Amino acid sequence: MDSALIPEGVKRCPTWQFLLWIGAAGAVLLWGVFAMLLVYIKGLNQTNMNNAYGFALWIWADLAVIALGGGAFFTGFLRYLIGIDKLKNIINFAVLIGFICYSSALLILAFDVGQPLRAWFIFWHANVHSMLTEVAFCLTCYFFVLCIEYIPLVLENRQISKVPFFHNLSHNMHEIMAIFAATGAFLSFFHQGSLGGVPGVMFARPFGFREGILVWPWTFFLFTWSAAACGPCFTIFVTKLTEKIVRKKLVKDDVIELLAKISGWMLTGYIVAKIIDTWYWAAVTAPAKGFSLMDFYTNNPGSAYGIWILVTEIVLCGVLPALILITNKGRQNQITLWTAVILAVLGVCLNRWVMILQVLSAPVLPFENWFPYFPSWQEIATTVMPLAYGVIMISISYRYLPIFPQEQELNPIAAPSSQALKAEPEAAELQAPPEEAPGAELDPAKA
Amino acid sequence: MKHEKAKKFGMVIDLDKCTGCGSCMVACMAENNVPFREDDTDKMLSVFWLHVYTLTNGKSFPNYEECYLPRPCMQCEGHHGHSPCVSVCPATATDYDMNTGIVSQIYTRCFGCRYCMGACPYHVRQNNWWDPLWPDGMEKSLNPNVSVRMRGIVEKCSFCFHRYQLALDQAYMENRRELEEHEYQTACTQACPAGAITFGDLNNPAHAVHQIAKPDIRHGGKPGNPKAFRLLERLGTNPKVYYISSREWVRRAGDNYLMNEGKVRRS
Repeated sequence: MDSALIPEGVKRCPTWQFLLWIGAAGAVLLWGVFAMLLVYIKGLNQTNMNNAYGFALWIWADLAVIALGGGAFFTGFLRYLIGIDKLKNIINFAVLIGFICYSSALLILAFDVGQPLRAWFIFWHANVHSMLTEVAFCLTCYFFVLCIEYIPLVLENRQISKVPFFHNLSHNMHEIMAIFAATGAFLSFFHQGSLGGVPGVMFARPFGFREGILVWPWTFFLFTWSAAACGPCFTIFVTKLTEKIVRKKLVKDDVIELLAKISGWMLTGYIVAKIIDTWYWAAVTAPAKGFSLMDFYTNNPGSAYGIWILVTEIVLCGVLPALILITNKGRQNQITLWTAVILAVLGVCLNRWVMILQVLSAPVLPFENWFPYFPSWQEIATTVMPLAYGVIMISISYRYLPIFPQEQELNPIAAPSSQALKAEPEAAELQAPPEEAPGAELDPAKA
Repeated sequence: MKHEKAKKFGMVIDLDKCTGCGSCMVACMAENNVPFREDDTDKMLSVFWLHVYTLTNGKSFPNYEECYLPRPCMQCEGHHGHSPCVSVCPATATDYDMNTGIVSQIYTRCFGCRYCMGACPYHVRQNNWWDPLWPDGMEKSLNPNVSVRMRGIVEKCSFCFHRYQLALDQAYMENRRELEEHEYQTACTQACPAGAITFGDLNNPAHAVHQIAKPDIRHGGKPGNPKAFRLLERLGTNPKVYYISSREWVRRAGDNYLMNEGKVRRS
C-alpha cells in the first residue's frame, strides 16, 4: 500500500504489521495524552508532587532524556568537527534519537510548569543568573538545530526527493551541516552543563551543592561529560534494539565498536572525575555544612536512598561499563557490549534521579525527616508517553527514510528469477549490489 | 529627597515564650488571604506562610522536653543579596530588596517552575496546587490589600509587606520619611498572645530586634546574643529571623553538626 514511499533497495514489513505496531504504540501515546490533558485542565494536583517535591518525576525525565539525547551532539561533533568519517553511518540515527529526546523534553516541560501559558516569561523576564534560564534558551535553540539536522533526512524520502526543490534543498543543507553540528555542540555543552548547574548552585541544599569555577559548579561539567559519554551508549542501545526488532543488521560492527570505544574512554574519564567530585564533596563540602556522607544515605524510609544507590551509580553503572567498553574483547562480544551500554544508560539516568530527587528527599532542617515520593499514574503515563512517541517516530522514520546508510549493503535483497527480471526490468536495477550505499549521499563530502 | 539608610527588617522569636498556640499561623492566613481546602489534613499540600514546628530533645520521660518553633520566611540575604531562592528564579519573579531586606514574590510573573521551592532549605515556599476557593461569603472577609494567588504559582511569607507600604503612605501623608517602630509590624507579631515575636529594623540600634539579637553586620549578621541563633546558620543563607532560647539543645537543634561536633543522631 505504501511501497512507493519505502526507500529503494530495502525490504520492510507488510503494511498491516506496521500499522498494528504503530497502533500499539499509539494506544500508549493516547494514554499519555489523556493524562497530559488532565494535568492541563485540572493542574498539578494531578501529580504526587508536594511542597517538598517541587521537582519530581518529570524533571528527572527531562534531565534523563536530554542526557540520553546527548548522542546527537557528541556524534555530530565527532563526525563533522573531528572528522571521523566512519560515523556517517550512524549519525542519521543519532540525530533522530536526539530529535525525539529533545522534543520529548520540551513537551514534558510544557506541562510541568504550573502556569503553562506564562512559560514564555522565561524568555521575556529572563534572569541571567538562573541556570534554568540558560537551559531554556539553549534547549530551544538546540531543538531548532536538531530540526534543521532532521529535515534533510525527511527530504531524502523517495517521493519527496523527486521534487527538485526539496532534492536541492536537502543537498544544500547537507553541505552546511558542519556549521549546525558545531552550533549544536556549543549549545549542548551549555544546556547539558546548566542542567547540572540546577542542583549544583543550590548552596542551601548540601546534597546537591558543589563548588566549581566562577559561576559554574562541578556538576555543570560532570553533566556535560556524562551526556557525551552515555548519550552515544544510548544511540548504540537503540540501534541494537532496532536491529533485534526488525531482525536485520543495520549498522556494521566496526562503526558500533568505534562509537563504543570513544564512549568507553569518555565514560572512563567521567567516572574518574565523578569519583573525585564525590570524594571532595563527602570530605570537604558537606562536612563544612554540618553533614557527613552517611547523613545522605541512611535513615530514609526503606533505604530507598541507601549507600547502594551511590555504589550502583558509580561502580556498577560507571566503572564496570567503562572497563568493558575500553577493551577490544568487551566491545566485540555482543553480550558484554549490550551489558555495558545498558548499564551506562541506567547509570546516567540514576545520576539524574539522585541529583534531583534525592536532593529534595534528604532533610536539611535537623528536625525534619526524609520526604518520600511516589509518582501518580498521571505522572507515569505522561513520562511513558515520550517512549511511545519515540517508538512511533523511529518506526516511521525507519520505514520511509534512508536512516541507515549501510542497510542495503548489509541486507541485499535476494536475486529474483529470470521471469521476474523480464517482468520488472526496473527491479533488476535494485538487485545489483549498490556501488554506494544510498545513505552515503547524505555525506556532504560526497553529495 | 534625602536618601534614607537602607532597612533590614527582621524578626526575633523567643522560643522560651512560644506556647505553640498557633495564633500566629491563623493571623498570617487571615491577613494574607492564604487559601485553604475543605480537607487540609495533608500539610505537604497545604499553603501556609508560617508554620509552627514541634521540636523534642529526643529523651524519654521524665527528661522529655519539647519546644515550639514558628517558621516564617527567613528573608535570607545570603552573600550580598544572593539568597538561595532569588538567584535561581528564571523569570525574575522573586527579588531581594536591598532597601528593606525583604524577599519579594511577584505572583503575576511566577510561571510555576518551582525551582525556588527546591532551593529553599526551610520549605518556606509553597505551590498553589489548587485554585483558591473560599466558602460562600468568606470572600468578603479577604484583605483588600493583598492579592489572592492563582493555581500553579509559588507563594511565601512577605513579612506583611503591604503593611509597610500602608505605613509609608501614612507617613508620607504626614510629611514624614521615617517610620516609628510600631508603625510597621507583621500580623503574626501582633497576634502572638505570649509576646514571643519581635519585629523591626535590624539595622536600627533603637529597635528591639537589634537590641535582642545584636546582629554582627560585618560577619553576615551572626547574632551577638549568646542565647540567639538562626536556622541552618552554616549554610550561609544569612537569614533575618533570629530565635532565642535559654536551652542549649534547642539552640543546637537549629543546625546540623558532625559526630565529632557533638551531633545527636536523628531517629
